[in-house]
Amino acid sequence: MIDRDRGIAFTFDGRTYEGYPGDTLASALLAQGVHLMGRSFKYHRPRGVMAAGVEEPNALVGVGTGGRFEPNTRATDLFIYEGLKAVSQNRWPSLGLDIGAANSLIARFIPAGFYYKTFIGPPWLWKIYEHVIRQAAGLGAAPNAAEADAFEHRAAFCDVLVVGSGPAGLAAALAASEAGARVILAEQDIRLGGALLRDPATLDGLSALDWIAEAEARLKTLGARILTRTTAMGYYDHNQLTLIERRVEAGQTPGPGGLAQRLWRVRAGKVVIAAGASERPVLFSNNDRPGVMLAQAARSYRRRFGVLPGRRAIIATNNDDAYRTALDLAEAGAEIVAILDSRPLADSPICQAARAKFRAHLDARLVAALGSKRVNGATAVVAGRTISVEGDLIAVSGGFTPLVHLHMQAGGALDWNDAGGAFTPGAGRQGQISAGAAARREGLSEVLADGARAGGEAASALGFRSGTAREAPIAATAFDAPHHTLARFETAPGVNLKTAFVDTQNDVTAADIDLAWREGYRSVEHLKRYTTLGMATDQGKSSNILGLARLAAAEGRTVPEVGLTTFRPPFTPVTLGALAGEATGADMAPLRRTPLFSVHAALSPPWQPVGYWQRPRAYPRPGESLAAAGLREALCVRQSVGMTDISTLGKFEIVGPDAAAFLARICATPVAKLAVGRGRYTFMLREDGMVVDDGTLWRLDEHRYLLTSSTGGADRMPALLSYVRHILDPGLKVAFASVQERWGAVAVAGPGAAAVVRSLGLEPPAHMGLTRGSVDAGQVLVLAASYSGERAFEIYAPAHELTDLWRRLDTAITSEGGTTYGLEALELLRIEKGHIETGAEIDGRRTPGDLDLQRMLRGKGGYVGAPALARPALTDPQRLRFVGLEAVSGAPIPEGAMLLTKAAGRPHGHVTSAGLRLDGSGAGIALSLLKAGPERLGETLIAASPSRGRNVLVRVVSPVFHDPEGTRYRE
Amino acid sequence: MPGAMKGYSALALLKGGFNGHKSWPRAWRAPEPKAFYDVVIVGGGGHGLATAYYLAKVHGVRRVAVLEKSWIGGGNTGRNTTIVRSNYRLPQMQTFLELSLKLWEGLSQELNYNLMFSQRGALLLGHSDSDMTRLAELGDSLLTNGIDAKRLSREQVARLVPLLDMSPDARFPVHGGLIQPRGGTARHDAVAWGYARAADALGVDVIQNCEVTGIDIQGGKTVGVQTTKGAIGADRVAICVAGDSSTVAAMAGLRLPIESHMLQAFVSEPVKPMINTVIMSRSIHCYISQSDKGEIVLGGDPDLYPSYSKRGIPMRIEEVAGQAIGLVPALSRLRMLRCWSGVTDMSFDGAPIIGKTPVENLYLNGGWCYGGFKATPGSGFVYAHTLATGAPHPANAPFGLERFASGATIDEAASGPQPQSR
Amino acid sequence: MFLIACPHCGPRSQAEFVYERAEEAVAYPDGTPQETLAALYTRANPRDFAWELWRHAYGCRGWIRMRRHRTTHEIAEIEAVGARL
Ligand SMILES: Cc1cc2nc3c(=O)[nH]c(=O)nc-3n(C[C@H](O)[C@H](O)[C@H](O)COP(=O)(O)OP(=O)(O)OC[C@H]3O[C@@H](n4cnc5c(N)ncnc54)[C@H](O)[C@@H]3O)c2cc1C
Ligand SMILES: [Zn+2]
Repeated sequence: MIDRDRGIAFTFDGRTYEGYPGDTLASALLAQGVHLMGRSFKYHRPRGVMAAGVEEPNALVGVGTGGRFEPNTRATDLFIYEGLKAVSQNRWPSLGLDIGAANSLIARFIPAGFYYKTFIGPPWLWKIYEHVIRQAAGLGAAPNAAEADAFEHRAAFCDVLVVGSGPAGLAAALAASEAGARVILAEQDIRLGGALLRDPATLDGLSALDWIAEAEARLKTLGARILTRTTAMGYYDHNQLTLIERRVEAGQTPGPGGLAQRLWRVRAGKVVIAAGASERPVLFSNNDRPGVMLAQAARSYRRRFGVLPGRRAIIATNNDDAYRTALDLAEAGAEIVAILDSRPLADSPICQAARAKFRAHLDARLVAALGSKRVNGATAVVAGRTISVEGDLIAVSGGFTPLVHLHMQAGGALDWNDAGGAFTPGAGRQGQISAGAAARREGLSEVLADGARAGGEAASALGFRSGTAREAPIAATAFDAPHHTLARFETAPGVNLKTAFVDTQNDVTAADIDLAWREGYRSVEHLKRYTTLGMATDQGKSSNILGLARLAAAEGRTVPEVGLTTFRPPFTPVTLGALAGEATGADMAPLRRTPLFSVHAALSPPWQPVGYWQRPRAYPRPGESLAAAGLREALCVRQSVGMTDISTLGKFEIVGPDAAAFLARICATPVAKLAVGRGRYTFMLREDGMVVDDGTLWRLDEHRYLLTSSTGGADRMPALLSYVRHILDPGLKVAFASVQERWGAVAVAGPGAAAVVRSLGLEPPAHMGLTRGSVDAGQVLVLAASYSGERAFEIYAPAHELTDLWRRLDTAITSEGGTTYGLEALELLRIEKGHIETGAEIDGRRTPGDLDLQRMLRGKGGYVGAPALARPALTDPQRLRFVGLEAVSGAPIPEGAMLLTKAAGRPHGHVTSAGLRLDGSGAGIALSLLKAGPERLGETLIAASPSRGRNVLVRVVSPVFHDPEGTRYRE
Repeated sequence: MPGAMKGYSALALLKGGFNGHKSWPRAWRAPEPKAFYDVVIVGGGGHGLATAYYLAKVHGVRRVAVLEKSWIGGGNTGRNTTIVRSNYRLPQMQTFLELSLKLWEGLSQELNYNLMFSQRGALLLGHSDSDMTRLAELGDSLLTNGIDAKRLSREQVARLVPLLDMSPDARFPVHGGLIQPRGGTARHDAVAWGYARAADALGVDVIQNCEVTGIDIQGGKTVGVQTTKGAIGADRVAICVAGDSSTVAAMAGLRLPIESHMLQAFVSEPVKPMINTVIMSRSIHCYISQSDKGEIVLGGDPDLYPSYSKRGIPMRIEEVAGQAIGLVPALSRLRMLRCWSGVTDMSFDGAPIIGKTPVENLYLNGGWCYGGFKATPGSGFVYAHTLATGAPHPANAPFGLERFASGATIDEAASGPQPQSR
Repeated sequence: MFLIACPHCGPRSQAEFVYERAEEAVAYPDGTPQETLAALYTRANPRDFAWELWRHAYGCRGWIRMRRHRTTHEIAEIEAVGARL
């Protein structure tokens, strides 16, 4: 499975090595005799490779450079490519010589949870300690560059999703496909086969590799989608799973399109979980030394990768499967120094076959590994006697843990198998069916049969004809039998618990677990959180059961009694980039543009984000500041005329014989008496009686209305309208539609506004009246409403015709000596006129009374929010209420400033909108919310902004600064 | 023997090193419930344990039991993103959370347990001039109320978090920020354990695996609780169960202004320091920090529908990842290591409820939404006061259950009574 | 994410829907203050089945009444409500 024809050059810690296609970084380094690949988290102990797959806790490296740098990458799950650059982690100055290893000298003083017991000084002292701790913590280096490649999301549907392509998964996929089900097969490895890649077998008369190739071809013919290098990371509600497809390896440059990873959101009818099982390590002193390896991993390196992980192997096991490792390694030329079997009896054919060749001990358990940067032997107890053996590889098997993660994520229950020391999938809750080793099936024939059964069952449950289901493949392999695991979790006598690692990456030892237990951290979760057991990047895949078993023993209870921590997504860690997909950077949120966007953009105005919209703030002339431009534009509106894009406003058309009754629910103001062709100001309440938005209501025809709202309110309003329509008053004969984007709108305001309207060939309607007409054959709607306090019109046109209208208006405005204006001027005009605004005075916490809207409320109620207004606290005169402010000195008033009665003390309110007089004085004025505001006219307060270092003396005044009689907008 | 607490210190640890750490006592006992307590606290989260501690410590009420249905700290206390700050906008929240923050500041020493309370600052980013004005308003309201806040310029923000995307054409360009320097994070589990240990030392019975299944009411008065370990009598019963508030209150026939929703969070694999403060944003619904262990801790919006499942929707996590990368592009290749959710007790104005209930001698502490971790010491302090004296502390007086009927709601998010719109 | 069988559109992803409120939380504008306060500010908030109102906001925009289990997320019953679309 390794292609020796072509070499691949890569570097590790700056040194160049050569590997071959099909190699993982781990196998390539092992082939070069490199065993030391990492350092542990806390004690910086030297670490080698323990596993051959995703459960690897030790051999973690940083891969790639710049925007492709991925820290904490498992060398066992990284297939090498030309130019791969890997660096070891958590060591200084080098992997071989690591200063941090001094920690292991003081290990006795820093047991589990030591930090809870020390550094308890005053906060400033802890800050210093913490700095040191933070630098020491963290495994890999932090990436520091922006992403170089692309990630994408895709959705898919299938009848049967098969997770895992070992013998069980392939058999399941074949069975389901043959029955006619649409199948997706996901495999995290780069190729199909799972355990078949490790152990030789003949299937249906073919070699394993040929059978896999044939199965793959057959599946494709049947229309199955096969995704390799794709991990099922999460099993969510209603049979939705997330798969992560790695298009390139960590750090590798993708091909055209630049796609690094793809996230699949799959909705499946049934899910066959054939994820296999992972082998468990064994607890003994220095069980973390480079050269201590899982027995199946040793076999993988030998068979699949063609690397002999050691020449003199010691095998330690509690099951039959590790004997296969012994036979296999021997076949490749290794010496099997000893087989240490912890079981009292082992007489299956495979054990007998091995015993005939090697020295095998029963009732034998490891005490310690010898050697530091590489194992050179071990001590063991055999039936009470201590022996020592030499060897450069200790292949261990502590039994097998079925990968029940997805099953549990899907809400499935677990059963406990005591002999195997394993949780197995119990009752499912969604469409999951576990098969093969994931369901603790052992022996190839049984695994294949189980897979075929699961695939057939899945298909027939979905109504596919099981009669057509195919038979399970026929396997021929040596020793096709279960493993006869006899799990024994207690350590052998003589084991130094302080170096018997349960969680190697986080350096959690058996002694740590015992300490936590003694201190009362006895629930699984307490144990885990206190010691950090199982919190490493392998997510406890290898350590979980060992830790649980030790806890159970201390408690004098069984493992299932002490319980298991919950498995949650992800099955293996997933890059944030893949999770985000396309929706990040510039695309992390939508951007909304008005129909006039390009007209504005041509003038490159400063933009103001309003929700997802962008609106021009002003149109500064060359060299003009934003503030000056805003002021100039506002003055121009007061003196002659101006126009501005108001297309972002919410616009809703309401039609039907019951339209008025419907609107009476929405609007807190009178509706019924509005005459055709007329409009009025209105506002809406939330159900708790607070004003949420305001706008205008226009009666276009007998049964047709137009309701406008603020830009922000436009997004909330459809839900309210829909709620009234469907839930509160489903019987009304009415329909509504948001026409926010169908109609664009331009406001024309100023003494010259009527002339501008006339220049379009339209008769300007009276204040709060409307006109319909056409301009250049395009229909327009003219509403006479004023926000600025001047005579003003809102001219609506279909979005696609708005640009033409704007150009027409521009000419007319220019000839009147007018201007275009942006949000700054709009605000100055509004504030001087004393209009409230959603987001400023309408802040979601104000009643109509607070905002001086009481007199406009419809007396009879019946609108949303009416009943809640009766609550006593809503009429408390001490509430924050709407008033104006003017600066005593005329200085600008800081918006957002607090209103104080004296230099210190709690605020009585705050400045909600700050502006200037446009009467030539430029004096600072503001709108505000002030406790009992209207009762305090004339009072002097301090508008204090300590965050900006400004205080301004202000006087409480009426909020209407401009034309309080309201003569100007009427003409 | 309660009260025999062994001090934690570097020296003690040194001694432990020489005796194999054999003499550390249990951090808290595992007592069987007694027949009667002055106060029975339902729920062994941070709030319940803190309440017990302050009852014993400040008010001398020592016949106190904390009943926890599973393991202490296993609710939202052990599931949150650990952000501690008091920079809220409404004065009632400010007063209460500042009281809490002040308690945080001496807490490790007070409890003799290192909570790793790390005041590395809580930074709110502004993405436009108007954002900056809103942040100034927040800063002004904090400063005038005696709470720390500092406006940061764009450059200052860039210096503080060098990995932020500072490009002017970012989707949400950074214009500056407002930081609460005293804000930060703490080790959540340690808070539960530290309070449990200290309360235990004062004689409080912390009883795990003891689920309250009923509330005994006689003649309109609460007299005790039914539990999986039998009936327990009590003078006062204090509900403190966060996401389970409705369930427990229903045992006394109460319906609360609370709905339970899912909130998710996740952490990346650990890396060396890259983010040295807590980052939050006004426009972007994600928050980012880095734990002392090196994991990047991320959270965002809740799932927005009621659930007790402790399983969140993947979409939410994906959104948070996208937003976090949008802010800090270098996060893209970090990997999500763990992801989880908690059942948040969403109150109908977004503020907590701490006080009496309509049932005599039955008290309620709940409605913390997604922000109650920071409140843990303050919540315990004022709840203990309320339980001991029968009247609220000034800091929790505005937080009574009656505020919904009276209209004096405390709507920090200004989004009204529907929690899913917050 | 849930698979919600919209009575109008068929099975669709939860991403298209908005949870609007518990059915018991409907407050009528003509209700008494007591009724309104009960609807707005008290909930059963059960751990098992509850009737809820959802809206197919990014689909047909219709309203749906469903009985959903709040711990297992099983949707036991689902029907269209409201005015005709
Ligand atoms: C993902 C997430 C992120 C968050 N992030 C933050 C953050 O950054 N900052 C912040 O301030 N807040 C945050 N919060 C909120 C915060 O976690 C909670 O508000 C706070 O921890 C609540 O503490 P508690 O003690 O009230 O509740 P919990 O810790 O939930 O404790 C309640 C306890 O009551 C027990 N219980 C329930 N029913 C019974 C019964 N019948 N009998 C006995 N015991 C019972 C439970 O088992 C539980 O242990 C977050 C929450 C979540 C879920
Ligand atoms: Zn629909």
